[in-house]
Amino acid sequence: MKILICIKQVPDMESKFKINAEGTWYDRADLAWRMNEYDEYAVEQAIRVKEQVKDADLTVLCIGPDQVTETIKKALAMGCDRGVHIADADSYKREPIEIAAMIAGFAQDKNFDIIFTGMQSQDRGSAQVGVMVAELLGIPAVTTIVDFLYDNGAIQVKRELEGGSKAVVTTATPVLLTCQLGLNTPRYPTLPNIMKAKKKELLTVEANTGGIGRMQETAACYFPEKKGGGLVLEGDVAELADKLIQILKEKTSVLA
Amino acid sequence: MKTLLVAEFREGRLRAEYSQLIAFARQQQAESVMFIVGSPDNLPHFAGKLYLADVSKYGEYNPSVHKQLLLDVVAREQPAQIVFMHSSYGWDLAPRLAVALKAAQISEVIAVDTNGLPVIPVCNAKLRRSIQATTAQTIITIQAGAFSLEEEPEGEPAVVAVDTDASGRVQCTGYEAAKIEGVDLAKADIIVSAGRGVGKPENVAMVQALAKVLGGEFGASRPVVDAGWLEHNRQVGTTGSTVAPKLYIACGISGAIQHLAGMKKSDFIVAINTDKDAPIGEVANVLVVADVKQFLPVLTEKLSAG
Ligand SMILES: Cc1cc2nc3c(=O)[nH]c(=O)nc-3n(C[C@H](O)[C@H](O)[C@H](O)COP(=O)(O)OP(=O)(O)OC[C@H]3O[C@@H](n4cnc5c(N)ncnc54)[C@H](O)[C@@H]3O)c2cc1C
Ligand SMILES: Nc1ncnc2c1ncn2[C@@H]1O[C@H](COP(=O)(O)O)[C@@H](O)[C@H]1O
Repeated sequence: MKILICIKQVPDMESKFKINAEGTWYDRADLAWRMNEYDEYAVEQAIRVKEQVKDADLTVLCIGPDQVTETIKKALAMGCDRGVHIADADSYKREPIEIAAMIAGFAQDKNFDIIFTGMQSQDRGSAQVGVMVAELLGIPAVTTIVDFLYDNGAIQVKRELEGGSKAVVTTATPVLLTCQLGLNTPRYPTLPNIMKAKKKELLTVEANTGGIGRMQETAACYFPEKKGGGLVLEGDVAELADKLIQILKEKTSVLA
Repeated sequence: MKTLLVAEFREGRLRAEYSQLIAFARQQQAESVMFIVGSPDNLPHFAGKLYLADVSKYGEYNPSVHKQLLLDVVAREQPAQIVFMHSSYGWDLAPRLAVALKAAQISEVIAVDTNGLPVIPVCNAKLRRSIQATTAQTIITIQAGAFSLEEEPEGEPAVVAVDTDASGRVQCTGYEAAKIEGVDLAKADIIVSAGRGVGKPENVAMVQALAKVLGGEFGASRPVVDAGWLEHNRQVGTTGSTVAPKLYIACGISGAIQHLAGMKKSDFIVAINTDKDAPIGEVANVLVVADVKQFLPVLTEKLSAG
């Protein structure tokens, strides 16, 4: 069985963001980078399928500048077999359809049985790339999965719905699945596996969107307006506690 | 600007969010028509043309069939905009349409800026982007709660039936209800919630201790529940409970849109966070910039001392 996992490298969301000089995105300097949280679930699920069926080959793919190989290496250390880096220093400017076209272009002639993606990226958060890859490849896609069962080509997943209820959906390979938070518990790479990962294949290929042109532009990227009214308290913990208790006494009825 | 609004029907019921689609179209003064794979017995209130595909024939979740039905309506109406909720239905179907129509898709629109451009949150809601589509047609998904009508929607739709012989390769075989028994957070006057910022499962006890002295309930953000530190019945947000207590204290919670959607109507909101820029600050009446591990025990101690 052949499985493709698409991962993205994103900044740590607790970073201090700055807007770039063009005013179109965040400035990439001085940020800590990590694997998109949703994609960790995708990687973990693929590894679990391999543990179940034994005979499986896991390709992990990431589009971005050279630094994304660090994130690919993490996926290899978790248990993927080979890495593919689509080299694109300007990937942050790409629209979801362009990213999807690059992935579909790579996957086209490789007959993957399952493609796992995250349901969304934490920085761009479009929740588009996965479904678009499936549409471009002409295979079914099921989004927002929180449960996965595989049995001999037959697949049963649960899709998460609003309010926390779930839809049970059955399908078959080939299929693309987008992974939601809580699908599983992603493993941490162990030291021996980190060492082993260094010997795994990591192929770099050129970016090619197959002629898909631009469809949208960022007019502006900016910080949200502070609504005002909200009080920010800083300082010594004991004083902060006293101040907060005072405020709660004045502004709410709960401490009466 | 002609707009096609895509309403939803699920678990045997019309989803009330369709009124938010109407609100969005109204804000743009757009002429609109509606589409639903729904039931003739349970139609939206909408004074306009409603394209109806019968859900008993096409199923509630059947993406490639719903896509084909929509494409037929798009061919008839040639809308400049197609608008979905940013929901499990919308984010699943919208990109399929975007690919088929070669149209720009703008996801999770929360507002329209002064230039009339859609605004979306990025980086876990820390930043915003205004987007200019350059295609003739645009596909939009709107964030639940971002646009609303002041009154209940009214009107009887002019129904036009749509059909297709397309078939799909996925099958929805049933639903599983959310497990929320045990505690009804919606009834609590005070809720103290733990987020990923509490760091480890042992520290959840600090949040529970504060909830106890205050005589309230404890809740959680999603990662705390996903990690198994607390049960799903404690989760606040779009995929958990919606609450509006007199006091909500968010401990180590960043304030992602899906969490805010579940608690922003609380009367008074206190956030405790090490990050002064955390988006929870946008709804918090008081943001205490502190480490929960240091602050919570002190606060609890002082409160119990009276
Ligand atoms: C379809 C969908 C549905 C979702 N439904 C829900 C839902 O119902 N409910 C929900 O909560 N989420 C939901 N989410 C997830 C949501 O997007 C966020 O990922 C989640 O809310 C983040 O939880 P958090 O704030 O606890 O964690 P994080 O975003 O990781 O934030 C942790 C925060 O803690 C702060 N912090 C770190 N250390 C400390 C410390 N020592 N002291 C104080 N502060 C500290 C950090 O500054 C940060 O702000 C959903 C997502 C999707 C896509
Ligand atoms: N640069 C990228 N490289 C590889 N996969 C990506 C990239 N960007 C997005 N994806 C995949 O597409 C999913 C959805 O991303 P998005 O549409 O940006 O929200 C992510 O969770 C990844 O699985």
